[in-house]
Amino acid sequence: MAREGWAMINPKAEQITSEILSNKKVGSYNHMVFAVTDLAAHARPGNFVAIAVGGPASSMVLRRAFAIYRSSIRADGQGLLELVVAASGAGSTWLTSQKVGDTVDLIAPLGTSFGIPTEPVRSLLIGGGYGSAPLFALAETLKARGCRVDMVLGASTAAKIYAPLEGKRSVSSLTITTDDGSAGVQGRVSDVIPRIIKDNDVEIIYSCGPMAMLEAITKIADSFDVLHQCSVEESMACGIGVCMTCVLPVLQDDGTIRMTRTCIDGPVMDGSKVTWTTSREIPEGVWGK
Amino acid sequence: MSLDFSTSLAGRRFPNPIFTASGCAGSGKELSQFFDLTDLGAIVTKSIMIKPRSGRATPRMAETPSGMLNSIGLQGPGIDLFLENDIPWLRDQGARIIVSIAGETVEDYAVLARKLRHVSGISALEVNISCPNVENRGQVFACDPATAADAISTVRRNIGGELPIIAKLSPDVTDIVSIATSVVSAGADGLALINTLLGMVIDTSSMRPKLSQKTGGLSGPAIRPVAVRAIYQVHAALPKVPILGMGGVACGRDALELVLAGASAVSVGTATFGDPTASIRVKNELEVLCEQRGFNSFSDLVGYAHRAEDANEHE
Ligand SMILES: Cc1cc2nc3c(=O)[nH]c(=O)nc-3n(C[C@H](O)[C@H](O)[C@H](O)COP(=O)(O)OP(=O)(O)OC[C@H]3O[C@@H](n4cnc5c(N)ncnc54)[C@H](O)[C@@H]3O)c2cc1C
Ligand SMILES: Cc1cc2nc3c(=O)[nH]c(=O)nc-3n(C[C@H](O)[C@H](O)[C@H](O)COP(=O)(O)O)c2cc1C
Ligand code: FES
Repeated sequence: MAREGWAMINPKAEQITSEILSNKKVGSYNHMVFAVTDLAAHARPGNFVAIAVGGPASSMVLRRAFAIYRSSIRADGQGLLELVVAASGAGSTWLTSQKVGDTVDLIAPLGTSFGIPTEPVRSLLIGGGYGSAPLFALAETLKARGCRVDMVLGASTAAKIYAPLEGKRSVSSLTITTDDGSAGVQGRVSDVIPRIIKDNDVEIIYSCGPMAMLEAITKIADSFDVLHQCSVEESMACGIGVCMTCVLPVLQDDGTIRMTRTCIDGPVMDGSKVTWTTSREIPEGVWGK
Repeated sequence: MSLDFSTSLAGRRFPNPIFTASGCAGSGKELSQFFDLTDLGAIVTKSIMIKPRSGRATPRMAETPSGMLNSIGLQGPGIDLFLENDIPWLRDQGARIIVSIAGETVEDYAVLARKLRHVSGISALEVNISCPNVENRGQVFACDPATAADAISTVRRNIGGELPIIAKLSPDVTDIVSIATSVVSAGADGLALINTLLGMVIDTSSMRPKLSQKTGGLSGPAIRPVAVRAIYQVHAALPKVPILGMGGVACGRDALELVLAGASAVSVGTATFGDPTASIRVKNELEVLCEQRGFNSFSDLVGYAHRAEDANEHE
């Protein structure tokens, strides 16, 4: 129900009951396909969905956020959204255990999307764990614009690298790192990206993954003076901007650093504008501290 | 016979008794994508303080069985920007507005009341007194009858004659009736019951409190019986004082429970996080439940659970 006029927050978002069309285990993840309306046509790489979990009598009262892996309209007009879901706690485990034909309450598309350059540029896409999910659709979009796309995917172990075959076609190179060396280079993504940035003269980095990884990439991007758009992951309760739980300190256009909602002003943000912190305290200098 | 679903609260009429809960509806804009704000009885805004507030560090949230803990810490732009941006926008939508204010000192409440007294388009003030009083060792205003009354009488003196004030109370007290009685004598026209209960979650992996602030406010269906009890006790003691009820309402049946206990209107908070249209659903379901019970007027249901055991059943 896109309401007209002034509505500026998530103007394309719809809340729908969505049927699960497919649910397949891929390594440590579940690749899931959902039947949706033509909202699928409005989803951009970086947007996410918020799903209610546990069924009508659930004791889990909050929504779960998942990046959109792929969105499309099938030949018969059926809108499709695909997600890559890791079963971590009770809610995501419930979701991955749903059967084909079951329905869930889903809101999409939500949040900001990756900015697409108007000119062809040399890009580097970096994903950690299921953070690779939104990067394949992004790679296709960039490729279609004539961009060079290199990709680095990292995880603790091989089973946590999500890199489907068809995804690899749109990238010029794919480097994999694992902490345990079970696939690709042993180590972290931050060990390999300085060389890739230099070798390919990278102009923009897109990243998605754990916050510590995004912080490390921000440092590298800043040192090479390369643009860095990252999709952040803060704990979310609503996904639509009403609860204020998902905030990060982010530099604003007016020069102030404000606690900013990552669900509506993110998840995609300019890495160099985020004050990365793990201190569990509001950093000095934040507006209203 | 069609149902009169309107309600009166602190001398103001509202077309229906379902409101948003303070701090659970953003600025209104976020929800307007999902429904028309004028379909609700009123929008209760997030508690606003004098100055901009960053709120607390994250993690600010933990899901709990049928509920959640939050320690947002009243993040907000401060009263001046709020009056410049949020209020005009809500007014333009035609929404009925209840402004929630919060202070750290008694003087803060005075300043906020003076800033609001000439603002047009506001239906009522909700005074959140579940805040630490920095002049009294951080003791929460709402936890002591005298300081609670201080805050409310200060608002009363500074707001002028017109605007009704609703005092929002904390359930974390030994005797909520004594606090309620005290703020009503201090000039409150109505009461909002209940704010969150203080709780804590410890992460058993990191083996330390999950929230950066250690404690947080518990909300959601888990606290509904506490809300029902508090509303019932206060309505029994002060039957003429209107109550805006809240606490764990997720469907029409839940709202009806608070109404039967004595609430003249009901705010929907945490349920909105799980379902953006929860408040509209609650409203529609409540309307049907009132009709099914054969009532012609919503107001006849308010406090209906208090009738004597041998009273005639409603026909
Ligand atoms: C923008 C965004 C995109 C995401 N994309 C994916 C994805 O593509 N695939 C995937 O598997 N996971 C993704 N996540 C993480 C996913 O949301 C969490 O794994 C999930 O919410 C955990 O829910 P749970 O019930 O299993 O865990 P619980 O710990 O029981 O969840 C309790 C509450 O905390 C919140 N929460 C817990 N962990 C996270 C987290 N890491 N991020 C945000 N909220 C959290 C939940 O939403 C819920 O409200 C994404 C998160 C965000 C913010
Ligand atoms: C995230 C969050 C923020 C809140 N912020 C405020 C606030 O600013 N002022 C206030 O008076 N109450 C606030 N509350 C309390 C609610 O208004 C309400 O009293 C309480 O959550 C119980 O209702 P519920 O169970 O329907 O959420 C907040 C609650 C939550 C969950
Ligand atoms: S998740 Fe609720 S405001 Fe962002």
